[in-house]
Amino acid sequence: MNRSRIAPTVIVTLAALYFLVPLVATLEFSMRMVRGTYSLKAYQVVFADPRFQATFSFSVIAALCTIVIGALLVVPTAYWIRLKFPRLRGLVEFITLLPLVVPPIVLVFGYLRIYNSSSWLPFTATIAGTNVLLVFGYAVLSLPYMYRAVDTGMGAIDIRTLTEAAESLGASRRTILMRVILPNVRAAILSGAFLTFAIVIGEFVLASLLNRPAFGPYLQLVGANRAYEPAALAMIAFAITWACMGFLQLFGSGVPGRRLGSTILRFGKRGR
Amino acid sequence: MSFLEISGVRKSFGPTTVVHDFDLSAEKGEFISFLGPSGCGKTTMLRMIAGFETPSQGTIRIDGEDVTHVQPNARRIGMVFQAYALFPNLTIADNVAFGLKVAGRPKAEIATRVEEMLALIKLPHLASRYPYQLSGGQQQRVALARAIAVKPRVLLLDEPLSALDAKIRVSLREEIRSLQRELGITTIFVTHDQEEALSMSDRIVVMSEGRIDQIGNPFEIYNKPRTRFVAGFVGTLSVLEAVATGGTGVRIGEEAIVLSGAPAVQPGTSLSLALRPEAVSLHPSPERINRLAGRIVDVAFLGSVVRMRIATAGGTVLVDSFNDPATPPPQRDTAVTLHFTAAGIYPLEGAGDAPVAAAAA
Ligand SMILES: Nc1ncnc2c1ncn2[C@@H]1O[C@H](COP(=O)(O)OP(=O)(O)OP(=O)(O)O)[C@@H](O)[C@H]1O
Ligand SMILES: [Mg+2]
Repeated sequence: MNRSRIAPTVIVTLAALYFLVPLVATLEFSMRMVRGTYSLKAYQVVFADPRFQATFSFSVIAALCTIVIGALLVVPTAYWIRLKFPRLRGLVEFITLLPLVVPPIVLVFGYLRIYNSSSWLPFTATIAGTNVLLVFGYAVLSLPYMYRAVDTGMGAIDIRTLTEAAESLGASRRTILMRVILPNVRAAILSGAFLTFAIVIGEFVLASLLNRPAFGPYLQLVGANRAYEPAALAMIAFAITWACMGFLQLFGSGVPGRRLGSTILRFGKRGR
Repeated sequence: MSFLEISGVRKSFGPTTVVHDFDLSAEKGEFISFLGPSGCGKTTMLRMIAGFETPSQGTIRIDGEDVTHVQPNARRIGMVFQAYALFPNLTIADNVAFGLKVAGRPKAEIATRVEEMLALIKLPHLASRYPYQLSGGQQQRVALARAIAVKPRVLLLDEPLSALDAKIRVSLREEIRSLQRELGITTIFVTHDQEEALSMSDRIVVMSEGRIDQIGNPFEIYNKPRTRFVAGFVGTLSVLEAVATGGTGVRIGEEAIVLSGAPAVQPGTSLSLALRPEAVSLHPSPERINRLAGRIVDVAFLGSVVRMRIATAGGTVLVDSFNDPATPPPQRDTAVTLHFTAAGIYPLEGAGDAPVAAAAA
């Protein structure tokens, strides 16, 4: 081996080990529930647990709601900023980054102070209200990712000229947004959506402090009381995250003008 | 009353005024070009007609209706952009159908119209393709079809050809012009390419620094430029310094020259004269009553044309002569006499600092 390539190889190997060893160890451990042999018993137990099913579906629904709200909030905002107030882009980008800087615990305490049952907007007085508050909180947490993805997607197409072209053809602003802008940033919204999904599925602080039966608090609960099941759950959560990343890779590279279907088709063809 | 009336339009962005006192009336079916250098306000004026910008002052009327403050989507204008601006997510047919769908036309009517439009631009076989699968020239034709599918009252084109290569540019401009004639649609065409403007337009509006320098048909603009700017910007031209001697006479160096009309200056004052390369000959003839001595500085053989730079007492003059297979082009440094008619040389008004070709050459 060439001398100059030894150092990089060592570094890459060390990094790979750093990531893979805990992963492999967890996987190995998760399969040792039955003494003496490897089995998927821990996974069976996890999947059979009604609380797993309940919390997981709660979080999936919360994630889907978050994605819809996030997209409804972010797409028109990013569009409008790019079209009418390009000078404010820096500021808006900074604001959308705040959730990365302000810890979720601060966010949730703020929510509890403002929206508690004795406030003028008592979100937490009812379960439905608390769920809504939770989803709004998730939308805030996912804002940096959603906004960045959508804004970048809009940068890839000439928003202004497309808008003007549609306008000169008689289209209203709403029509333009629905028929011209949205379809052309669909790939970007999707990649934002997968990130949002990954964040919401594992989120603990908000769900726990708002006392909602989400997947994050369940993970924590099981982790504190059982031995093998948490390892299995960790592997499941990991698989979900990786699936999201995979989809993100697949759709994130979608070129505007090529439909999702054709993106998949192209991948299929390339694979053959 | 004309079909498109722009009166007293001014546009300022903050403290800078980009368009000054713009007045223009276009007849129905007329093809008008806005010609001028980069940054002179052509696009801004076009965007005001389209409704994307609002004039700071003045009015714009289309077919008698004051549209100065009407939203762009209610103006019924067609617009073609330099960057094509096709909707990337829609097929060619859906792109052309967009305006009709937005207007809520019946499905059958849309289908017929789209077919008709695609036949008109000779691309019916590409109906189900996507824009990214088309060449630039094809995309621009689709953009044109999309704009005229809705039967707009005015068609606006902002440098639609400048992103294309030379050959396509020429064929597409002929196509645009014949389509426009066929449909009789009032058209404003923005360009900074004088050849495009001269070859396509019924009338040309020459602009510089936000003002109209001259409006006229291509023949007038080329042969009777009103200002030094127009003369310099449209076509190639030599500028000679002369002194008025009274009546139609002027003096260039020591030589007396006769103009076709008296210049609007006092005798004894200096003035600039313009001379087109093709108006000058090295051979005498009865009509070419003016002569000017010079020396050949440079000879460029351009194929069908031989272009010479000749130094004279009034400045450097460009002279074009047709290639004659029997006579080789003249040598550098030869003394020659230039012959030209009284109508071939004319005074320039205004001091517009035009990029004068002779000076730059
Ligand atoms: N929105 C705007 N805000 C401020 N200034 C502007 C704006 N739009 C145009 N301008 C200025 O107005 C002037 C004219 O611009 P315009 O785009 O009309 O020129 P143009 O003749 O179309 O030039 P080109 O041939 O380069 O396209 C330019 O100096 C430009 O900087
Ligand atoms: Mg322009």
